[in-house]
Amino acid sequence: MKRIFFLLLLLLLGLFLTGNALAQDSNPPKPSDDEINAIAKQLYCPVCENIPLDVCGTQACAQWRDLIQQKLAAGWTEEQIKQYFVDQYGDRVLATPPARGFNWLVYVVPPLAILGGLFVLYRALRTWRQPISQAEEAEASAALPDEYVARLEAELKKR
Amino acid sequence: MVPNIGYGALFLTFLISIYGVGAAIYGVVKKSPHWVDSARNAMLLTWPLLTISAISLIYLLVNGRYEVEYVASVTSNSMPIYLKVTALWGGQAGSLVFWTWLMSAFTSAATLRKWDRDRELLPWVIVVALVTLIFFLGMVIFIENPFTRIWTLPSGSLFNTMFPPAGAEPYFQQDGQGLNPLLRHPGMIIHPPMLYLGFVSFVMPYAFAIAALVTGRTDDRWIRLTRRWSLVAWLFLSLGLLLGGRWAYDVLGWGGYWGWDPVEIAAFMPWLTGTAFLHSVMIQEKRGMLKHWNMVLVILTYDLVIFGTFLTRSGVLSSVHAFAQSAIGPLFFTFIGLTFIVSLSLLLHRWDSLKSETQMTSLLSREALFLLNNLLFIGILVVCFWGVIFPLISELVTGQKVTVGPPFYERATGPLFAGLLLLMGIAPLAAWRHSTAQTLGRAMWKPGIASLVAVGVVLLLGIRQPAALLGFWLASYVTAVTLYEFWRAAWARHRKSSESLPLALWSLFGRNRRRYGGYVIHLGVVLMAIGIIGIEVFQTETQGTIAKGEQLSIGNYTLKYDSLAVFDTPDGRNIARAVVSVYKNGKYMGDLHPRRDYYYESQQPMTIPGVRSTWEDDFYVLLVDWQPVSTEGATFKIYHNPLVNWLWLGGLVFILGTLVAAWPDRQSERILASAGQPGYAAAEV
Repeated sequence: MKRIFFLLLLLLLGLFLTGNALAQDSNPPKPSDDEINAIAKQLYCPVCENIPLDVCGTQACAQWRDLIQQKLAAGWTEEQIKQYFVDQYGDRVLATPPARGFNWLVYVVPPLAILGGLFVLYRALRTWRQPISQAEEAEASAALPDEYVARLEAELKKR
Repeated sequence: MVPNIGYGALFLTFLISIYGVGAAIYGVVKKSPHWVDSARNAMLLTWPLLTISAISLIYLLVNGRYEVEYVASVTSNSMPIYLKVTALWGGQAGSLVFWTWLMSAFTSAATLRKWDRDRELLPWVIVVALVTLIFFLGMVIFIENPFTRIWTLPSGSLFNTMFPPAGAEPYFQQDGQGLNPLLRHPGMIIHPPMLYLGFVSFVMPYAFAIAALVTGRTDDRWIRLTRRWSLVAWLFLSLGLLLGGRWAYDVLGWGGYWGWDPVEIAAFMPWLTGTAFLHSVMIQEKRGMLKHWNMVLVILTYDLVIFGTFLTRSGVLSSVHAFAQSAIGPLFFTFIGLTFIVSLSLLLHRWDSLKSETQMTSLLSREALFLLNNLLFIGILVVCFWGVIFPLISELVTGQKVTVGPPFYERATGPLFAGLLLLMGIAPLAAWRHSTAQTLGRAMWKPGIASLVAVGVVLLLGIRQPAALLGFWLASYVTAVTLYEFWRAAWARHRKSSESLPLALWSLFGRNRRRYGGYVIHLGVVLMAIGIIGIEVFQTETQGTIAKGEQLSIGNYTLKYDSLAVFDTPDGRNIARAVVSVYKNGKYMGDLHPRRDYYYESQQPMTIPGVRSTWEDDFYVLLVDWQPVSTEGATFKIYHNPLVNWLWLGGLVFILGTLVAAWPDRQSERILASAGQPGYAAAEV
């Protein structure tokens, strides 16, 4: 009787140990700081101004980074985590405005303005440009009529 | 007593400035030089008075007069004296006083020069300078007053005002809150003054431009008069921006130097138009063209300066609704709007008198390339301006706040900056008036080959990223072109005058400082570009919590956590200072001491990195402050920043080049001395 009891105890101990080991293996490895930062880098602190989540030093941001860690550990993808933050705190957590609706303006206006400037430049250069011979002719004929010579003399005398 | 003296001096300056504006205008209307001289004297009186005001404030700061609210907010007993002095610009009200003091110094310096040939411009320069001064003084006197004191009534309630309510006593605190720890770094001490100097000195070219428009003297005179001013203003602004970047790198703890933060961009925008102006002004001097455009540029620079001050000071960036909470926001907005409209109206009024004197005959001439340069700078300006105000517009229109962050700016301005780099390698080879593809090609092919060799070397080193390859090619090409320009000119001079080559090079600088100083600036930009490519394309980082004796690796480097010391300092900080040893490829390189400073008064932590700097890279270690720090486990963040020190070297060369370009030309001064006419800068490129 005692021997059977002893064997049962051994069996239980064995099960306990293996069970423990098995349970540990099924826990996913803790996400590294680098993995958390890779996502936090792309998000902006919902509270502070223009500070990315990976360098923000406030308690709130530390909690948000912990949140990212938990979600990573639970198997969420980067996209899902980012979307979660957007749903919770709005578009301002993203580094650039998502391209929809009114936000299209932010992406469209600068290229349009530069193209517009290029166009203005092109028109200006065209109206300014003259064939070389014409320009040289104009300069030659503009060379110092007498009235200018007289004024020059007067100016020089003044000094 | 002292606060009253300080405030009284401010108020007196305000009244005298108003008088000065009136006297100047009256003098013009009545054609009376007597009244204009009186206005000039009023202008000159502003600086001594504002000095009294500034000294009063410094006195209060140094002596710990905590009944003055500003003193309590920016100083504390544990601060050393030099920091208490710099606390003058540690807060909003004090820095506005500092701004006005610098402004009056510059305008007084301008007013002190000989005005014989430009008498008609003087009253209007005075008017513009004084109107700007009146605006800032008005804000200090009526809204952001640093001399207000805290009073207590018998009932126990506290008031913060200039003049005490009846029966009130001053409220003396034992200690102040102290200067924001972030501002106690040497870079931050000098960065605001440099920026303010840059901002303030850009008012002078604007004043002369407006004077030219009002009087109809729209010839080159205003440009020649302000050429050195513009260069000096640009020098200070560039220095301020560089120092800001260095401070951010050293102290803010994110391993970078420029975050495209709206406040950074606010100071960058006038720099962009200022640089465009410095280039485009050469076209007006050489060919008498672009007169309208130069006016537009100088008006834009002035209003961007005010806008920059407005963005950083009004709280509009945190929310468009915070904008209206203090009166500062709407006032700034109105001032910018009014000056912009008035300036443009004046320009329209004088439009015809600003006609170009000559034609542009070639699309590859230097003038045309300078125009392209201007287009690129304005393009970058548009991106920056739009990116900064879009969140505000979005909030106003949709109610949704959005963030326009670095990816937007980097993607949009990257190609534009690359275009500017390319132009730096083409325009110096193009001739004024006329260049063809053949002449340019002939000049370009030798530097072109040299740069391709450089790219070959880069490829051999294993670098494959297209952005880096393009950047390095541009950098080496521009270096080759610029050095080629030096070489060609020095060689020609050497052959002509039988001076030795080094001496020929030296005399080049002496004879044409603006041009060769400009080339040195370009070389500085190239060096900065190399540093920027290194850190932007190749930066890597890692973070980890390790116990004492454990290691953290990144690339070829390993970091070992040796020890930690935690102690208090006499100036009110608690310091946690880690000692880590650095190994590269297994070889011991030395120790670093990243630390976390915690300031008791302001309850603010600061992380100071331990950095190992070489020309090749920076190994940048932070003690991450928001994790518990102990000898059991500390969290370190490591940034590996390749080539970043070329950025600072480039900045130094840049500043040196600007000093060369701004230095008075000896030769013209000799001519002037013999003609008895000081202060006139001869035209040279």
